[in-house]
Amino acid sequence: MAWRIVVGLKDGVKDARGERVQRELKEHLHIDLHSIRTLDVYTLDAALSDEEVERAAAGPFSDPVIQEYAINQPLASSFDMLIEVGFRPGVTDNPGRTAKEAIEYLTGRPFAAGEAVYTSTQYLFAGLTNKAMAEKVAGDFLANGLIQHWIILSADELDPQVGVPVSVPKVVSDAAPTVRTLSLQLSNEELLDISRQGMLALNLEEMDKIKRHIADPQVVAERQKVGLGTELTDVELETLAQTWSEHCKHKIFSAKINYEDEHGNRQVIDSLFKTFIVGATDKVRENLGHNDYCLSVFKDNAGVIEFNADWSLVFKVETHNSPSALDPYGGALTGIVGVNRDGVATGMGARLIFNTDVFCFASPFLKRELPPRLLHPRRIFDGVVEGVEHGGNKSGIPTINGSLVFDDRFAGKPLVYCGTAALMPRMLHGKPCHEKKVQVGDHIVMTGGRIGKDGIHGATFSSEELHEGSPVTAVQIGDPITQRKMFDFLLIARDRGLYNSITDNGAGGLSSSVGEMAEDTGGLELHLDRAPLKYPGLQPWEILISEAQERMTLAVPDDKLNAFLSLAKEMDVDATDLGLFTDSGYFQCFYEGKTVSYLSMEFVHEGVPQMVIPAKWQPKELAEPDFAQPENLGDELKQLLSRLNICSKESVVRRYDHEVQAGTVIKPLVGVVNDGPSDAAVYRPLLDSFEGVVVSHGICPSYSDIDTYHMMACAIDEGLRNYVSVGGDIDHAAGLDNFCWCDPVESIKTPDGQYKAAQLVRANQALYDYCVAYGVPLISGKDSMKNDYQIGGTKISIPPTVLFSVIGKIADARKAVSMDVKQAGDLVYLLGITADELGGSEYYAQHDELGSQVPQVDAGQALLRYRTLNQAQQQGLIASCHDLSDGGLGVALAESAFAGGFGMQIELSYIEVEDYIREDKLLFSESQSRLLVTVRSSQKETFEALFAGQSCRCIGQVTTQPELSINGLHGQKLLQVSLKDLKQAWQAPLREM
Amino acid sequence: MAKTVKAIVISGYGTNCEREVAHACRLAGAAADIVHITELLAGRINLNDYHFLNLAGGFLDGDDLGSAKAGANRLLHARVVGEDDSLAEQLKEFIAAGKLVMGVCNGFQLLVKMGLLPAIDGNFRQTCTLTNNDRGRFENRWSWLKIDPESPCIYTRGLNGLYLPVRHGEGKFVADSPKTLQQLEDLHLTVMKYADCDLHPSMEFPDNPNGSEASIAGICDPTGRLFGLMPHPEAYTHRTHHPRWTRETLPEEGMGLILYRNAVNFIQKEL
Repeated sequence: MAWRIVVGLKDGVKDARGERVQRELKEHLHIDLHSIRTLDVYTLDAALSDEEVERAAAGPFSDPVIQEYAINQPLASSFDMLIEVGFRPGVTDNPGRTAKEAIEYLTGRPFAAGEAVYTSTQYLFAGLTNKAMAEKVAGDFLANGLIQHWIILSADELDPQVGVPVSVPKVVSDAAPTVRTLSLQLSNEELLDISRQGMLALNLEEMDKIKRHIADPQVVAERQKVGLGTELTDVELETLAQTWSEHCKHKIFSAKINYEDEHGNRQVIDSLFKTFIVGATDKVRENLGHNDYCLSVFKDNAGVIEFNADWSLVFKVETHNSPSALDPYGGALTGIVGVNRDGVATGMGARLIFNTDVFCFASPFLKRELPPRLLHPRRIFDGVVEGVEHGGNKSGIPTINGSLVFDDRFAGKPLVYCGTAALMPRMLHGKPCHEKKVQVGDHIVMTGGRIGKDGIHGATFSSEELHEGSPVTAVQIGDPITQRKMFDFLLIARDRGLYNSITDNGAGGLSSSVGEMAEDTGGLELHLDRAPLKYPGLQPWEILISEAQERMTLAVPDDKLNAFLSLAKEMDVDATDLGLFTDSGYFQCFYEGKTVSYLSMEFVHEGVPQMVIPAKWQPKELAEPDFAQPENLGDELKQLLSRLNICSKESVVRRYDHEVQAGTVIKPLVGVVNDGPSDAAVYRPLLDSFEGVVVSHGICPSYSDIDTYHMMACAIDEGLRNYVSVGGDIDHAAGLDNFCWCDPVESIKTPDGQYKAAQLVRANQALYDYCVAYGVPLISGKDSMKNDYQIGGTKISIPPTVLFSVIGKIADARKAVSMDVKQAGDLVYLLGITADELGGSEYYAQHDELGSQVPQVDAGQALLRYRTLNQAQQQGLIASCHDLSDGGLGVALAESAFAGGFGMQIELSYIEVEDYIREDKLLFSESQSRLLVTVRSSQKETFEALFAGQSCRCIGQVTTQPELSINGLHGQKLLQVSLKDLKQAWQAPLREM
Repeated sequence: MAKTVKAIVISGYGTNCEREVAHACRLAGAAADIVHITELLAGRINLNDYHFLNLAGGFLDGDDLGSAKAGANRLLHARVVGEDDSLAEQLKEFIAAGKLVMGVCNGFQLLVKMGLLPAIDGNFRQTCTLTNNDRGRFENRWSWLKIDPESPCIYTRGLNGLYLPVRHGEGKFVADSPKTLQQLEDLHLTVMKYADCDLHPSMEFPDNPNGSEASIAGICDPTGRLFGLMPHPEAYTHRTHHPRWTRETLPEEGMGLILYRNAVNFIQKEL
């Protein structure tokens, strides 16, 4: 039988969770209620005695100081409406798993197969009497119908004896495992139908390639030897769909692109990835020569560079956009714990040291009605922030760098970038730790979580736009603790030399992880029936492609297998031997001894046809706006500071533990009262050394509306500018590109595909040009190419967006510099020339204008400036340094001043320009590569001598007056605003989020 | 030569701060081992071979049943291989021998939920708890802490105030009755209180980041040898940990290290 244990707070104990729901309900849905109380519910479906249930309720499930509990009867009283929210069958229920383990410790007896604990949350509302309203509260706020179900009862509907009826969300499946076979000797239309209905995301050319392959008499003859025939099994078709998906194969970045520029010049680009990304890194490494610090680029789960003689640095950034659109919490949580696996599974394994995150959302205050299936950006904001919070904090990894970027087109698809860095020894057991190789005869061992239906078709789903039929199973919920236990285990196994290779199970599940590892040996034998399942009823193909989380695949040599498995058992981690890596040349899967998949490795990995994409660049006809200079520039500045892209993100930053592991030297919040916005983070990964890692990023999608070439150049410069501003060594920096694009392939759905593809080409050209010019190698990256929403006649495409992340080094973290001004009397310098470059700027956006003069980057000048700045930092000449980005000089001055708690007196006429620029534009231009620096007056000469011949102007002084005071071009008082007002404007918008 | 002080830091199941806690112990002069709980449960390592037990911060079992609840349940009920008793028995033996235990953040929650703190009457029964912050959210911020100079706490000897980071979602201290709270105060077991920058205990956010009763940030048992606190002393052992080190003149060594030094000195002199 099943029990329900309901746990609630005793009278008089503050219900912080209930109050938070009450507060947010008012903000989200404008529903103002008297009170909301919350209860935790545990449904126990296991053979337990009444006494054992009582002990569980009184012990681990409730806190005797503040809580009370009831078993199989209600605890709810004095309410008008009850809503109970629980998980749908099969959805990951982390507290349920913990509760089950707690009972096992208590009874000393493991649960039998099929027994489980399920958790739900009961909300008791006073002042909510309308059922329809309750339905709205449940569906639009408390729960996500994709993964949760709910029950709504008014007070008089609740049975006072038994309470909410017991319901057990157990997965019930009587489906017998079967393998279907399909004949592909069909018409084109029928082939496409198979792809569409099966959610395979294979196009006609690909389906046709598979059709021809399977009809090849030689292939048929080989298949017959293992008991298969002329028909393809569902296991095989699914394997090909996953492996050939855009998500796994990056078909657009590998495509042949026929590009035509605005002058009619034509160019054939054979793979953007090879030409511009690998090409840039090859060129940079060649130029670096003996000083090349790259160790492993593009070939592994993350990139690896040198940190010092003993340690290497691992870095990876991923996106998890599509799942976050459907379930913001689960999607984002899975995003961060997923990228963590990439870091750990690089080379022979690494230890995670920090996370980064960048989110692109529509305004959380969006008033517009949204088309079907889109969640309100406020829900996305809350869910994503909380998902990444739980993923990072619970895993014990500090989140030290990030951004929030707003544009209402991100309502169509939010972008959730999650990054992670890790540290590994340079050498392990006499071999470089960043290298690994599977040996023939190694066992395929899966470790970590079990396999369920979660995440089936994640890879193919994210290779399509968000549409009506987007699958529910694509949603997963991460489990940081199961993963943490696995990581603890893996590092010990690594140091004991118990495996030859490791990779994570991400998109495509086992089909991808095992398939990729088997490229080392040229074949595999995988027994799908041996895989541990969360519940029975999975089909063999589902086992192969499920993206159930927290799993790694390892190649374990035969003589280490026992040691590996017994260590796992002792450390409470699942590990299962699933088969062998072979040199057969075949991707062979078995189910209960029968071959269910027999594809040649070559066909799986090399068979996908290269796409051909047309691209034509035609610059838009854009003009500069002609509004007059506003009278009150102080008000303009305050409005800018209140814009979502500029305002303080403190409420989010504080929810992320940014200090765990005790390595954070420059934290995200700095200044006299710890609330100024850092440009970048400095992190000390080794507690007994002062060598530091520096991490930063650049992202500027608004410039894409003018020209993606300059968007890319600016993102690179912004990333490097932030990096050097805290003291990062410009000669030991690596870049990482994450492209998020809208569909760039011309079709009926995407008539402007040629333009979007040309935008992609131009961004890549800039990526090559600027990485080579700056001498910064790219070490890893990712692309996400279908960030569109299309249902009915509505299409929303995101602006082309690239996150350029930078990781590198500072030799001595004690030389790091923060952005807050330090003391009155210090001199204020502006490094770099200011030009009339406000196209795509925040200032123009404030005036509802786009403009045309997008900022352009002079990498030669900038590199010299950054190197000289590094020297000044080494000599201790820099009191503060802040980069100029969104909102230009005006915003940088305000931020540096109020972060430091001192005023400034500034003369606009001292700014270096090439041509006359209006005062408002001088203040808010977003010209790149500029930095605002303060210097002790006693160090004026030394500092100026260092920058001799470069653009370096003293534009004013730090003052004791708590105000920002700026004189105009004729020396007249142009702007005078108190620091308090500036800071208030900057902090207000997202303070309560 | 002073005797070697042996510190143990338990890891596993969601403990996160074991490395920096071990580092702080070493800086304070102890020999420190990070030991996965598996090693203790397998019976290969015994707590009683150490002088100083550290329960570090983290999210044991994800804090899924409430902070440290499932972790406390494991320590109370998991059996040690080849022994008759649970790990809890080993721990009680350790405490009975007068050895030192410090729990930070999740470790403090663990001590309280196992009933090891404050244990006013010597019975290991839970009388206090740490629950959701009043604002219902995890927060990372630095706090001023007023130290009770009359407290028996051996870790805070010679201290008047501290400045340390707090990083938690469930740090609100609540006692089971006003009587318990009064006893804690009377016995000077309320070692550490959230305060304003002039070291006056505060009930105002953000000086008091979680709404703790009587501003309590850390408590000890009547012997002063068991100590739990929500703020993280291991996260301030060097001046570059301080959020304003780029603008203030600070001693090289961070304030949090004093707690570990006091523990090591105490063990060397009195154990």
